[in-house]
Amino acid sequence: MADATQGARPRPLSPHVQIWRWHVTMAASITNRATGVALYAGWLVFAGWALALSAGADAYQAYTGLLTSPLGLLVLIGVTASLFFHLGAGVRHLAWDLGRGFAKTTASATAWFSYVFALLATILVWVAAFAAHAG
Amino acid sequence: MVQLTLPKNAKVGKGRHHPAPAGAKKVKRFKIYRWDPEGQGNPVWDTYDVDVAGCGPMVLDALLHIKNTMDSTLAFRRSCREGVCGSCAMNIGGRNTLACTHGWEEVPGGEIAIAPLPHMPVIKDLVPDLTLFYAQYASIEPWLHTVTPEPQKEWRQSEADREKLDGLYECILCACCSTSCPSYWWNQEKYLGPAALLQARRWLADSRDEATGERLDALEDPFKLYRCHTIMNCAQVCPKGLNPAEAISEIKLMLVDRTI
Repeated sequence: MADATQGARPRPLSPHVQIWRWHVTMAASITNRATGVALYAGWLVFAGWALALSAGADAYQAYTGLLTSPLGLLVLIGVTASLFFHLGAGVRHLAWDLGRGFAKTTASATAWFSYVFALLATILVWVAAFAAHAG
Repeated sequence: MVQLTLPKNAKVGKGRHHPAPAGAKKVKRFKIYRWDPEGQGNPVWDTYDVDVAGCGPMVLDALLHIKNTMDSTLAFRRSCREGVCGSCAMNIGGRNTLACTHGWEEVPGGEIAIAPLPHMPVIKDLVPDLTLFYAQYASIEPWLHTVTPEPQKEWRQSEADREKLDGLYECILCACCSTSCPSYWWNQEKYLGPAALLQARRWLADSRDEATGERLDALEDPFKLYRCHTIMNCAQVCPKGLNPAEAISEIKLMLVDRTI
């Protein structure tokens, strides 16, 4: 079959991610991966904090100053959101590894839930953090 | 290898526009992927303003209408027109499905984009080359393996054991699932893909089959089975409502069960 139709010029590859209309499960899958990578970076931020702590008061002050700058806060909030999303998605994977939660509606619902959970938990943590700081 | 962009010869350009016939009652725009092996240049998107008042409710009806009344050069596969043969699997409105069982009114958005099954070599227009897909199906040896002597009549199976094949035997090998899977897109030479793995599970689940151990041995490989990352596109698009992701997980559980 392939030989009979193979013309003189090479066959093009059909479009894939360019045309796909995403499912929430697909989005949650790539978000889980991206947040996993982000958490590696998050650990580096934390390791930097521990190093600054051991390096003395000046270094510590400089480092926490950096972390509490607008950009630093953005990174910290991002890491928090990544942590919560990765946690929720991790629970989904745990259920899948036990053979549960594969029904289309269940998988879509838990994907939405991971996003909502990450959003709410991140808001809660940072509202609490700012409230504690102000109080 | 993950490659998000299309190779140079596969980039899709703008093609011809086919206006609606004079006096059309209800016009719907179809945007269709075109590539002719005997022509020149890259693939293009042709647009067709179809008078849908004159054709049936399914996307396949619209395609046949285009081929019959607007542009006879359009190539696509079709046969049974009732969701049994799997020939007319294609990407419609960004999702893989069967053109014969998917209504054009079900497709969201103003225009209906129709492309061949994703990330496959294109033979012509909406016809992809499925050689590798079929080879992968053959590789799981989709037939009964036995060592005990053949019975006088048929191989007997209890009703309860027969029910274990439900959700597996209905697969029509249309390739909607495998070509929906990003993992299959990036690793199709090594990863068997959802369709072949659902079929593998179908023979592992068969009470009459006596090669479970050998079948599992053949699948225990970092790529063939374990490239499933539960992205779930397979289950989301299967036009028969099957769940390859779940079947793959059942194979993984069988592999765990035999080691502990």
